Amino acid sequence: MSTVVLLACTGLGLGALYFLVASGLSLIFGLMDVLNFAHGALLSVGAYAAWWAATDGGTGFWLAVVFGTVVGTAASVLLELALIRPLYVRPRDQILATVGVGLALPALLMGVWGSDARPFPQPAALSGTVGLLGATVPVNRFVLMAAALAVLVALRLFLARTRYGLIVRAGVEDRAMVTALGIDVRRAFTLVFAIGGAAASLGGALAGLYFGSVNPSQGTGLLIFAFVVVVMGGMGSVTGAAVASVGVGLVQQFANYYTAAGLGDLSVVVLLAVLLLVKPRGLTGRLA
Amino acid sequence: MSLLTVRDLRVVIDGLHILHGVELDVAATGVTALLGRNGAGKTTTVRAVMGLVPRTGTVTFDGADITGLPTHQVVRRGIGYAPEDRGVFAQLSVAENLRLAERDPDPAYDLVFELFPELKQRHRQAAGTLSGGQQQMVAIARTLLNGNRLVIADEPTKGLAPKIVTEVADVLARAAESVPVLLVEQNLALVRRIAGRCAVLADGRTAHQGDARALLADEDAARRLLGVGSHQPETTAPEGSSR
Amino acid sequence: MTAHLKRWWPLALLLVLIAAPYSALPLPGLLDGPLGSPGSLQLIALCLLYGGLATGYDLLLGRTGLLSFGHALYFATGLYATDLAMLELDLDLLPAALFGTACSVALALALGAVSLRVTGIGFSMVTLAFAQAGAILVQRNPGGYTGGEEGRSAPAPHLPDALVGIQNTANLYWIALAYLVLTLAVVHWTTASPTGRVWAGIRENERRVEVLGLRPYGFKLLAFTVSGALAGAGGVVYLLLTGGATPQAASSDATLALLVMVVLGGSGTRWGPLLGGVLYTWAAHRLGDLANSAAVADLPAALRVPLSQPLFLLGTLFVAVVYLLPGGLAKLPARLRTGRTPTAAAPAAALPEGAA
Ligand SMILES: Nc1ncnc2c1ncn2[C@@H]1O[C@H](COP(=O)(O)OP(=O)(O)OP(=O)(O)O)[C@@H](O)[C@H]1O
Ligand SMILES: [Mg+2]
Repeated sequence: MSTVVLLACTGLGLGALYFLVASGLSLIFGLMDVLNFAHGALLSVGAYAAWWAATDGGTGFWLAVVFGTVVGTAASVLLELALIRPLYVRPRDQILATVGVGLALPALLMGVWGSDARPFPQPAALSGTVGLLGATVPVNRFVLMAAALAVLVALRLFLARTRYGLIVRAGVEDRAMVTALGIDVRRAFTLVFAIGGAAASLGGALAGLYFGSVNPSQGTGLLIFAFVVVVMGGMGSVTGAAVASVGVGLVQQFANYYTAAGLGDLSVVVLLAVLLLVKPRGLTGRLA
Repeated sequence: MSLLTVRDLRVVIDGLHILHGVELDVAATGVTALLGRNGAGKTTTVRAVMGLVPRTGTVTFDGADITGLPTHQVVRRGIGYAPEDRGVFAQLSVAENLRLAERDPDPAYDLVFELFPELKQRHRQAAGTLSGGQQQMVAIARTLLNGNRLVIADEPTKGLAPKIVTEVADVLARAAESVPVLLVEQNLALVRRIAGRCAVLADGRTAHQGDARALLADEDAARRLLGVGSHQPETTAPEGSSR
Repeated sequence: MTAHLKRWWPLALLLVLIAAPYSALPLPGLLDGPLGSPGSLQLIALCLLYGGLATGYDLLLGRTGLLSFGHALYFATGLYATDLAMLELDLDLLPAALFGTACSVALALALGAVSLRVTGIGFSMVTLAFAQAGAILVQRNPGGYTGGEEGRSAPAPHLPDALVGIQNTANLYWIALAYLVLTLAVVHWTTASPTGRVWAGIRENERRVEVLGLRPYGFKLLAFTVSGALAGAGGVVYLLLTGGATPQAASSDATLALLVMVVLGGSGTRWGPLLGGVLYTWAAHRLGDLANSAAVADLPAALRVPLSQPLFLLGTLFVAVVYLLPGGLAKLPARLRTGRTPTAAAPAAALPEGAA
């Protein structure tokens, strides 16, 4: 029983991390048809910025998380403005450009801080464990879940209550029609990149807590699982991404534990292929 | 002096030449009809004017060249557009569809709800669950919400039951009293009723421009340009084909 | 005179390449040792191999318009299957190589048949998923067959003596060259065939091909399989060149590297992918050396750090090419000739949604 609880909490923590990456990825793809291969790199940027602030910068943990998120958001906005926007009329090149950034950014991090994992300072309050139904669960799992939940609620409020949320929802359905109502949809593009970058880099900062360390390829390694989540949840759907993240995180943890190691990862990846094949419309935007 | 002039409009999509030099003048008052057989290029012309497809040539609106403008700026010049497939956002409610279209500080909801009382009753319903006719009302309502200087409606009666066709025609006729309308239409009875001038496209070119009623009265010309005799008007109305 | 040159330069180049092992020409800056030295030949052979792999990959990307993120899978299949056929089935090199390539073909056929049921970015993601599954499998070392992180080295006893040992590098070099020529011939020949014209049609506008009454699916599957076969054969050559199979060959980075090569050189052109493959491979090696050189170590950090990371430079270069040089290096001369008017860019006002 205690193993199951621990696995569930770990799976949910991992799912929370996936959600932080996938929610932005999903919005970006849903609205702009850009599959952002640099999204994992944005997570790493957030992770390293937070790590830097917490160690060299000497700030407290929470300030470091804020710093990481701000830096990641800025990087994401810069990416959209400098690279994605000028390639507007060449959709495939937009994807290729993100591939290039996805290669270059982790390499740059590696160049500056080395390829080895760097231990992430754990604040005393979050490094402990709590007892839950007989299991000893690390607190950081709950931090991630709380963060993901907060992001989910904030995103839903944004989408439901604000004019830009309305524009994003409409744009996911039919971008051309949004412009045909006199709306400059490019602002919404920058905005979803900002949101996606913020969520991913927040995920990065918290991933340091979850994994205990940061390394340059962390984000890219998570990206493929985020793709699974995005496709499963339906492109452009934030709630769908949340449900799918939980599912993927749990399946992965349990399968890795109870069957051969690695089988969970494998099954999730194969799941992506199967999903796309049985539900090719999974890629059409649906906001729920 | 026409409000919208299109000269030598050419469109190439994925290597396919679709328009080969369309000429079009939209009168500053009343309804101008854009006619032509299926596949003649009417929708593409309208989309090109809106900047929704890559195009060359010149499009002048109210004296200003708008050829190079992105779509949202074309619209902001005061052009309301109801596209062929209606372009309503299925997942959004009626109210949200309308709210998205708001550009003026004081949108004309009074007018819209007077013309389409149904939209007021159904303002919380998801637009995707509306009937075809109701969706068309949303599409037209969005163009009337703002003080536009031109309304472009692409086959607003396509697939509607005759009774709804009449309703839509009434609304368009009424709208045309205050704002010029460019109407793409296959329903010649409706054209005869409300259109003043017309342009006819054939194979991506302008084949004829002139007075709409004069064209429809000339059986030979109508048959040659539109593929129909002009004296069989009601049968050309789509008989409530399911949609 | 120049017309002759235009026509015959590939053949002349081929002759030069065939003769290269007999030359002691020093090419300082380009190569560490003289041209015919084993170290140089090894590097050139890798360059030629990747030139061929990129050319084969471009059969999908540039000729048929299919963006596959899983090409490394078929390369790795050829590599591992050949290696394992020798190690576990006790086959000699030639039957093992045939077996390995056949495995690639079979896998490409099977997975292509499935992946091609979805189009657009969905196809890219399905291929990515399959390739990632392959990469995970190889990493996990099922049954001890793949050797996990370490990989498996090729068994020397099963290899012909002429391919073993540093003194025989020239033979490996010629094999790589032969592979490149084969790939170029296959790609050239297939794209010039009626099938190739259908591929071009699919790339331009799939709907139009359908209108002509053809089913694009079969043609795309053919391109996918041919390309997979070429990748598998490349895996065999890679096994010989590097003497073993390692999991990096299956990683998604390997596919991305091919993508970078093709785009860098010029997708859909005859020589572009080759050029890109050669340049990339050469640069990756030389940049690696550069990174460790004393000259770089003395630079200020702001320069040293990026220069020490080949992937950073290549990623940045890739973005720059995509952004500034649509069409890649192969289109550069034409672009320079016509001045700075990008022909690819449609009327500036066109929005992407319009094309949708
Ligand atoms: N995106 C596109 N790709 C390929 N062909 C297109 C595209 N858009 C339009 N066409 C072609 O261009 C021609 C003109 O199409 P268009 O929609 O403008 O015709 P239309 O006059 O509006 O016809 P209808 O009365 O049936 O609505 C048609 O043959 C159509 O198939
Ligand atoms: Mg039409």
